[in-house]
Amino acid sequence: MEKKSIEVDIKVPNQTRYLSLIGRIGEDIAKELDKYTGDRETLAYQINLVLTEAMVNAIRYASSKSSDKLVHILINISEDDLMIKVYDKGQGFDINAIPRPDFNKLEDRGRGIFLIRSLMDFVCYRKIRNGNVLEMSKKLR
Amino acid sequence: MNLKTETRNNIIIINVKEERLDAHNAGDLKSEMHNQFEMGAKNMLVDLKDVRFIDSSGLGALVSGFKNAISHQGNLKLAGLQPQVKSMFELTRLHRVFEIFASASEAQENF
Repeated sequence: MEKKSIEVDIKVPNQTRYLSLIGRIGEDIAKELDKYTGDRETLAYQINLVLTEAMVNAIRYASSKSSDKLVHILINISEDDLMIKVYDKGQGFDINAIPRPDFNKLEDRGRGIFLIRSLMDFVCYRKIRNGNVLEMSKKLR
Repeated sequence: MNLKTETRNNIIIINVKEERLDAHNAGDLKSEMHNQFEMGAKNMLVDLKDVRFIDSSGLGALVSGFKNAISHQGNLKLAGLQPQVKSMFELTRLHRVFEIFASASEAQENF
């Protein structure tokens, strides 16, 4: 039987007002997974969250001043895997240099990448031509 | 951001009337808490019962409010966390920092 997969390619202005739109698309995609046997509400929340965090990351730290002001998000979801790529045109950063939060210190910031890493199986951020890409994937079975 | 702030029995109650508390609106909640403490508030309760989604910026705003409370010799408690929202507090260990109550009325009895 042919395996069903969905690919969604989105470009939105790099403004936080579009976070809810992107999050909602992520939640709706999770609900399309007919054969997912886990808790679908939890998966929907997790996709919403990682998309939100990745987009905020692209807006705050990765957008260069002169480039076009769009965040490019690619979501590919099959019965077995969820893959998300978030592209930016900024200078980028070293994701491996971002420390795990110190739970004994109360910091206002620094939990975004930790949340992404906690909820996804694979996370990497690398340079590509004309920018960077944050890649994340998760096994769905 | 839609916030409803009221005072009951000397407790400032901030009702977050939003489905999402995220990087788009968390700054508004942070400012409201800050302003209330600056105006002399000591006891603050943030009611999150309408919030279905919270991200790291939303958590960060509440942490900021909590630290603000301490620096003003006050306290900040939370109420009405939906299950998925509560799971974010657990994942980031913030459930060990905040006093969290099932409902606003229960929280009010514990100031």
